[in-house]
Amino acid sequence: MPTMNIIQAVNSALRIQMAREPKAVILGEDVGKFGGVFRATSGLYDEFGEDRVIDTPLAEAGIIGTAIGMAVYGMRPIPEIQFSDFIFPAFDQIVNEMAKFRYRSGGQYPCPVVIRTPVGGGIRGGHYHSQSPEALFIHTPGLKVVLPSNPYDAKGLLLSCLQQDDPVLFMEPKKIYRASRGEVPDEAYTVELGKAKIVREGEQVTLIGYGAMVSIMEEAAIKAEEIGISCEVIDLRTLLPFDLETLVESVNKTGRAVVVHEAPKTCGFGAELASSLYERCLGVLEAPIERVAGFDTPFPYSLEHEYMPNADRVIGAIRKTLEW
Amino acid sequence: MSGVQAGERKGEKAATPMQARGPAFAYFDLDEEAKARGLFSILAEDGSYDPANVTRFDKTLCLQLYRGMLWTRLMDRQFMALQRQGVLGFYAETIGQEAASICSAATLEPQDWLVPALREHGAGLFRGMNFENFVAQLFGNANDITRGRQMPLHPCDRPTNYLNMSSCIATQISHAVGVAMGMKISGVGNQVCMGYMGDGATSEGDFHVAMNFAAVRKAPVVLICQNNQWAISTPVSGQTAAETFALKGIGYGMESLRADGNDMFAVYEVCKYAVDKARRGEGPTFIELLNYRLSAHTSSDDPSRYRDESVTTMWREKREPLIRARIFLEKKGWLSEAEHEAMAAQIESTIREVVAKQRDVPAPPLRSLIEDVQQTPWWRLEEDLAAMQELLAKQ
Ligand SMILES: Cc1ncc(C[n+]2csc(CCOP(=O)(O)OP(=O)(O)O)c2C)c(N)n1
Ligand SMILES: [Mg+2]
Repeated sequence: MPTMNIIQAVNSALRIQMAREPKAVILGEDVGKFGGVFRATSGLYDEFGEDRVIDTPLAEAGIIGTAIGMAVYGMRPIPEIQFSDFIFPAFDQIVNEMAKFRYRSGGQYPCPVVIRTPVGGGIRGGHYHSQSPEALFIHTPGLKVVLPSNPYDAKGLLLSCLQQDDPVLFMEPKKIYRASRGEVPDEAYTVELGKAKIVREGEQVTLIGYGAMVSIMEEAAIKAEEIGISCEVIDLRTLLPFDLETLVESVNKTGRAVVVHEAPKTCGFGAELASSLYERCLGVLEAPIERVAGFDTPFPYSLEHEYMPNADRVIGAIRKTLEW
Repeated sequence: MSGVQAGERKGEKAATPMQARGPAFAYFDLDEEAKARGLFSILAEDGSYDPANVTRFDKTLCLQLYRGMLWTRLMDRQFMALQRQGVLGFYAETIGQEAASICSAATLEPQDWLVPALREHGAGLFRGMNFENFVAQLFGNANDITRGRQMPLHPCDRPTNYLNMSSCIATQISHAVGVAMGMKISGVGNQVCMGYMGDGATSEGDFHVAMNFAAVRKAPVVLICQNNQWAISTPVSGQTAAETFALKGIGYGMESLRADGNDMFAVYEVCKYAVDKARRGEGPTFIELLNYRLSAHTSSDDPSRYRDESVTTMWREKREPLIRARIFLEKKGWLSEAEHEAMAAQIESTIREVVAKQRDVPAPPLRSLIEDVQQTPWWRLEEDLAAMQELLAKQ
C-alpha cells in the first residue's frame, strides 16, 4: 500500500471523484493550472480540463455562490477556499444559502457542495493564515463539518462527503498537511461520517480533539503514561454531527475528560462537547471537564507556539482532572 | 442552430435580422455605452407605436402576455387585501412591475431556469408554477410543498425550474450564474438561466461578484435588474452615482441593455435578444428594466413617510404597463371592454376559489420541523423532537 501525506490523500480522493462522477467540478483560486497553493488539486486540471477544474476570479462569495447554483442545478461542485481565514467573504453564502437551501425548498433542492479549506495554525502564518473557525459553522444547522487528522481518514472521509447530498465544510489541518504520513490505498474507500475513532485506549482520562490536535493528544498520552497516568485518546473526525455516543462511553469508563482545540476557548466547540458530556455523564464525572484551547485573542505571529495547545498544556489539564 | 454568418453583428440571429423589424431596433446597433445609457422602447406612454416594430406580436402572444400581467395585478390586489384583513402574515405587491416580470420570463423556454428576487412570483406562475402550491406557500400550511419554512412569497417550484427566493438581497445573483455555469459545463445545451434583482441589490458585493463570474465564465445567463427606483425608502440616487444601472455591466465586459420596463414589447424584445444570445453560447447580458414601484415596499411599509406620492400618481396614471397594453389591444381589436371584464372576472374567481380551499388548511406536521435540514435528521434533532413530543403528550 502506498504511503501518502494528507495533501496526496486529498488529491487521490479528488481524482477518484472526478473520474467517476462527470458532474463533479472543482473550483477556486489557483486550483487549476497551478494545482492549488498547497498543491491539493495538483494534476487535475491537466487530467479533467479547464471546464471541470476552474480557476475562478478572486472572490470567495462568488466561488461558493456559483457552487450553490451549480449544485442545485444538479452538478457536484467541490470548491476550495484557499485558507479558512478567507472564508468570511463567503460566510453569508455558506450560512444563509448553502446550509438552508434544502430546508427552505422543502427538500426540492438539495445542495451538495463540499467545500475544502485548510485550517489551523502552526505554519507561522499570523492572523490570517492560521485561524480555526469551525465553531461558527458547527453552529449552522444544515451543514456537516469534517476535520480529519491523518491521510487515511482524509481520503476516506472526503470520499464519504462526496457521495452524500448534504453541504459539507471539509477542513484540512494544514500544519500536518505534509508531516502526517501513513498508508493509504490507491483505490476508493470510505470512512463513515459522524463516527469518532478511539486512537488510543486508556483508563483514567479521556482526551478529545480533532485535526492537528490529535497528535498533540497522543504525545501527551505517551508522556502521561511515563508518569503512570492512563489516557484514552479520541479523534472526533466529524464535528457536525458529532459522535457523542463514543465520547459518553469513554467518559463513563474514565470519569474524566479533557477537550483540546486550537480555536479560542469562549464558545469554542469544546464548550459544546463539555456541555453535552455533562448532560450525559454528570454522575460519573470525578472532576470538571478541562478545556485546552487557543487564547481568546486574535491568532498571534511571534508567540504562535505559546498560543497553540501543546502536549505540556494537555498534561497540565490531565493533572488538574486527577488532582481535583 | 446555425452559427453567426459573416457580416452579421455578434448576438444576432441569422433568421431574424433586427433591422428588418422596425426602426426601434436600431438601438441594438448602438455602441456598448450608448446602449447602456439609452432606453429601448416600442410602445409609447399613450399607447402609440410604429407597426413596423411590433410584427412579432400576434394576437395570441399579446393576449398571453396581457393575461399574465393582469393575473399578477389582480392577485396582488387580492392578497394585499387579505394581508390587511389579517388573513396573510405578509405580502409584497408588484404593482407597476408586471410587464418587467411577465414579459421577460415569457422569453424563456420550459427547460430554462428562473432565479427570482422579491417581485417575480407572477413570472413563476406565468411559467406554470402550480397556483394551489403558491397559495399554500402564502399560508405556510400543510399543502405547502416548501413545508411552511419561509414567509409568504418565497415559493419554490422544481417542476418549472423556479428556484426559491432567499430574503437575503443579491445572494441569488451568483446562484443564477452558477446554474448557468452548470448548464454550460454539463454540455446539456439549449438551456438558459434568467436571474433577477432589484436596483438596491446592485449595491451588494454579491452583485459585483456574480456579474464578474458571469462575464469571465461566459455563462448562459441573463441578469435582469428591475429598477423600480426604490429600495424600501432609499431612492436610486442613494444607491448609485452612476447615470444608469446598465452602465455597471460594461465594467465587467458584459453587454448591457436598458429598456422601458413599462413597455411590454420593449421588455420582451431586449430579453428575447439576450436569451437567444445566451442560448447560442454567446454569453451573458445585463438588462436594466426601468419602471416604478407603485405600491408600498411590502405590507410592512408606508411610503408616504419618505416619498412624494404625487410622483407615484404620475407614474400610475401615465406610465404604468397595463394601461398602455390595453390601449394597444383595444386599438387592434383583440380585447374588447367586455372581453377584458370576462378575463378579469375569471381570474378573480379562480384566485378566490383557491384561497378558500387553502386558508383553513392546518400547519405542517410537527415532525416537518426537523426534516430537510439535512437528508436525514441527526441524533440531536431526533432527541429534541422526541422531548417536545413527550411534553406535548403530557399537556
Ligand atoms: C442583505 C439584506 N439587507 C437588507 C435587507 C432588507 N431589505 C429587504 S428588501 C430591501 C430593499 C430591496 O430593494 P431592491 O433591491 O431595489 O428591490 P425591490 O424591493 O425594490 O424590489 C431591503 C433593504 C435584506 N432583505 N437583505
Ligand atoms: Mg427597487
